[in-house]
Amino acid sequence: MNYEAVIGMEVHVELNTRSKVFCGCSTNFHAPPNTNVCPVCLGMPGTLPVLNRQAVEFSVAVGLALDCSISRWSKMDRKNYFYPDLAKNYQISQYDLPLSFDGAINIIVGGETKRIGITRAHLEEDTARNTHTLGGGDSGVDFNRSGVPLLEIVSEPDIRSGAEAYAYLTALKQILQYLGVSDCNMEEGSLRAEANISIRPVGQEAFGVKTEVKNVASFSGTQKAIEYEIARQRQILENGGAITQETRGWDADRGITVSQRSKESAHDYRYFPEPDLAPIVVDTAWEEQIRAGLPELPQVRRARFEEAFGLSPYDAGVLTASREMADYFEAVVEAKAPPKQAANWIMGDVQALLTYRELDIADCPLAPVELAAMIGLIENGTISGKIAKDILPELMDTGKSAQDLIEEKGLVQISDADELVTVAREVIAANPGPAADYRAGKAKALGFLVGQLMKATKGKANPKLANEILARELGSSED
Amino acid sequence: MDREWFRMTAHELADAFRNGDTTAEAVAEEHLARIEKIDPQVQAYVDVWQESALDAARDADARIRAGTATPLTGVPMSLKDLLCSTEGTTTCCSHILDGYRSPYDATVVERLREAGAVVLGKVNMDEFAMGSSTENSARQTTRNPWNLKCVPGGSSGGSAASVAADEAVYSLGSDTGGSIRQPASCCGCVGMKPTYGRVSRYGLVAFASSLDQIGPFTKDVRDCALVLNAICGHDKRDTTSANLAVPDFTQALTGDVSGLRIGLPKEYYTDALGGDVRDRVETAIDILKDRGATPVEVSLPHTEYAVAVYYIICTAEASANLARFDGVRYGQRAANVKDVRELYHQTKSAGFGLEVQRRIMLGTYVLSSGYYDAYYLKAQKARSLIAQDFTKAFEHCDVIVTPTTPTPAFRIGEKIDDPLQMYLSDLFTISTNLAALPAISVPCGLTTEQLPAGLQVIGRPFDETAVLRTAYAYEQHRGFDWGRPPLG
Ligand SMILES: [Zn+2]
Repeated sequence: MNYEAVIGMEVHVELNTRSKVFCGCSTNFHAPPNTNVCPVCLGMPGTLPVLNRQAVEFSVAVGLALDCSISRWSKMDRKNYFYPDLAKNYQISQYDLPLSFDGAINIIVGGETKRIGITRAHLEEDTARNTHTLGGGDSGVDFNRSGVPLLEIVSEPDIRSGAEAYAYLTALKQILQYLGVSDCNMEEGSLRAEANISIRPVGQEAFGVKTEVKNVASFSGTQKAIEYEIARQRQILENGGAITQETRGWDADRGITVSQRSKESAHDYRYFPEPDLAPIVVDTAWEEQIRAGLPELPQVRRARFEEAFGLSPYDAGVLTASREMADYFEAVVEAKAPPKQAANWIMGDVQALLTYRELDIADCPLAPVELAAMIGLIENGTISGKIAKDILPELMDTGKSAQDLIEEKGLVQISDADELVTVAREVIAANPGPAADYRAGKAKALGFLVGQLMKATKGKANPKLANEILARELGSSED
Repeated sequence: MDREWFRMTAHELADAFRNGDTTAEAVAEEHLARIEKIDPQVQAYVDVWQESALDAARDADARIRAGTATPLTGVPMSLKDLLCSTEGTTTCCSHILDGYRSPYDATVVERLREAGAVVLGKVNMDEFAMGSSTENSARQTTRNPWNLKCVPGGSSGGSAASVAADEAVYSLGSDTGGSIRQPASCCGCVGMKPTYGRVSRYGLVAFASSLDQIGPFTKDVRDCALVLNAICGHDKRDTTSANLAVPDFTQALTGDVSGLRIGLPKEYYTDALGGDVRDRVETAIDILKDRGATPVEVSLPHTEYAVAVYYIICTAEASANLARFDGVRYGQRAANVKDVRELYHQTKSAGFGLEVQRRIMLGTYVLSSGYYDAYYLKAQKARSLIAQDFTKAFEHCDVIVTPTTPTPAFRIGEKIDDPLQMYLSDLFTISTNLAALPAISVPCGLTTEQLPAGLQVIGRPFDETAVLRTAYAYEQHRGFDWGRPPLG
């Protein structure tokens, strides 16, 4: 029997507001344990939450970017459960009235664009972090993370494969990073993804029994976990078994999912409206103000890059992968570099040098105007592309301008025909064999002679001119 | 000693300080001596702050000399044990918080300190404010100063008793379903619950967050206005506190009620209302009528649902509010447990008293999946209807006047094994919490058993002024010698 997978994603993203969602503490949870804490985020008796306006604005911005409707009126609720990382033993979250709902995200898989529905995005507070000593001696709780704003983004069950889940997460992360609302660092836990997976016979409408996969540390891990889970479920059904509704963890080392908690022990969270906070009202004026502040989103920018700069879909995709990359590219073009050349340099040599230096494009030491100036020198024939490649690392590390550097190093291209004629004659004289070959009709031999000429000029010869002069000299000396 | 300063009101003391008749330090010393002498009988205090009280009194004297005193500067007072203070302990009279010291001061405590108050210490209460007799305290049994065999009411019984026994000039308590007005009525002092949102709840250990409100116990209505002036107003740490201008409440103390329409809800004046209490209240209404007020009958048709609605909402909120007391971060923790589940179980079983456990269980139940709609959701709808009743009634009147409690203070132990009977002592006070209205209890005489009765005046939202105006006019013209509790 043919089965198809039905997958919905729940993604938790920590918003990078300066202070926590209900108190004034810093959101920097890398600080020494329990230093960014106060009576409110420790859940001390008598404290009350005060909602961070910035966290609401970030949440609404994400909702708008995901094409969601924004709730005019929403509220916070208490989600009750007991765990030592939960300061109040309830989490302030949103139950039936999320800040935004009914949106969608476009993903591209195998060249096809597919729309994945967004059910809702709601605001809540993060929990603290428990640590245990080996051997089960002591347990400690670090409350630095307690109360960091968290946005939970829930997709419709529109995803059909691990690859689509990967594309969904990538597209979502790209949007969040464009908005600048989250670091989206999966390893540090500022982005956490859970997948609800079931399979059903193709053509069947009803959903199968689902499992929930948690604790995956990367997008590719999520893809693998989903692929494993689909195969596991199929095998059970094909052997006449039944799927158990449960939570499963991803064991990356063994490449399998492992049962963690069955539905029987699932929580009754006893949600009820948070009486300590007034309802959240986002009127049209506020919504429009937030909308006006949205940056150009990745898919729009990508289309514009193809259209306005004549880039290939691939190049436009690479250059809009991050907002910083796209900003850098546009700054180079702004500084009068031809778009195609700018794209090639950024995607090629610049990116390679950054990777080697473990730098992000946002921290690129080479200013966009300097890169544009260097490209300009190639365009007007002052230096060759080869020279440019050679000087790029120094350009990046010294902060000098390309003009100064090539002058300092005497690298200006020799475009003086008289000078090149002299060198060409010397090269022909020194290489009679190849010269004879060329004259005998072996066109290839010219390449060798050009190489010798470049060597003699330490690469400074204008390659186009060198070619012409050599060809002419070889022809004339035969006469 | 010419005069017993501890018998004085705050405004009388302010005059005496200004005239140099006495000093804040002397008055504080007198109160501390009074506590030492009387409190073994009354048992209002759970923590007396001897040293810090005298320090505060000396600071107050400096302010008085410098001419920067407020009406409350140097006036000794007490705090209910659920108001957080960096001084002393804050235990909510629960074993689970034995020895707990708050890292911060409640907003009201901050405001009182700024006003120059002299805090004498913390006073007794029903554990986590759950109760109507103060018998649910894990500390001690507070006695009614009028009859030591009777309860002082609750949950703020220690506040009421400390003021009635002249062990404090005023006190701050909290009112969730009558916890200020009912003990004030039982002990014969003035007690007021302002409109929900009038006073910041920051630093009030929550029982039921949508109902809790801090308010004063005083010896007369003028003092009540003075304390309200000091504690009311928006607080950015409590977003449920109203961002409204606070009037000078002493402006309401005119003694004039001519033209005031007094609503008498027919659902409160039923045959069930005790003879003595009814008699005192009707006399009070006659006095107001003689001063030019007009009684009008009004109807609050959903009154019969108030107690049920209240116990669903307050227990639901309490079940979440009290979840944090788990032994993990502060307070008492069970020893020798094998895992975190057992830690929770044993800490809570040992730390919470039976009434608190009962309410946590009730609240957990009404929020459980499958029961939420039938209980919590329905209760919220009924709460709106009860609030609407008041809105409609206030189309025909300016204030509503009722007894504060159906009966005077009962005997210690009389209702402790019958929670339902205990819950009914809040019959007349609960609705105003559900409707978030301001209400005061002002003494209206003694019953034949020589126990105080209270007159409740309820106002429109944020119209504390009308409430105080009515209560003050009555107090000025009630025409009886109030007397004092038969204590030393
Ligand atoms: Zn904090």
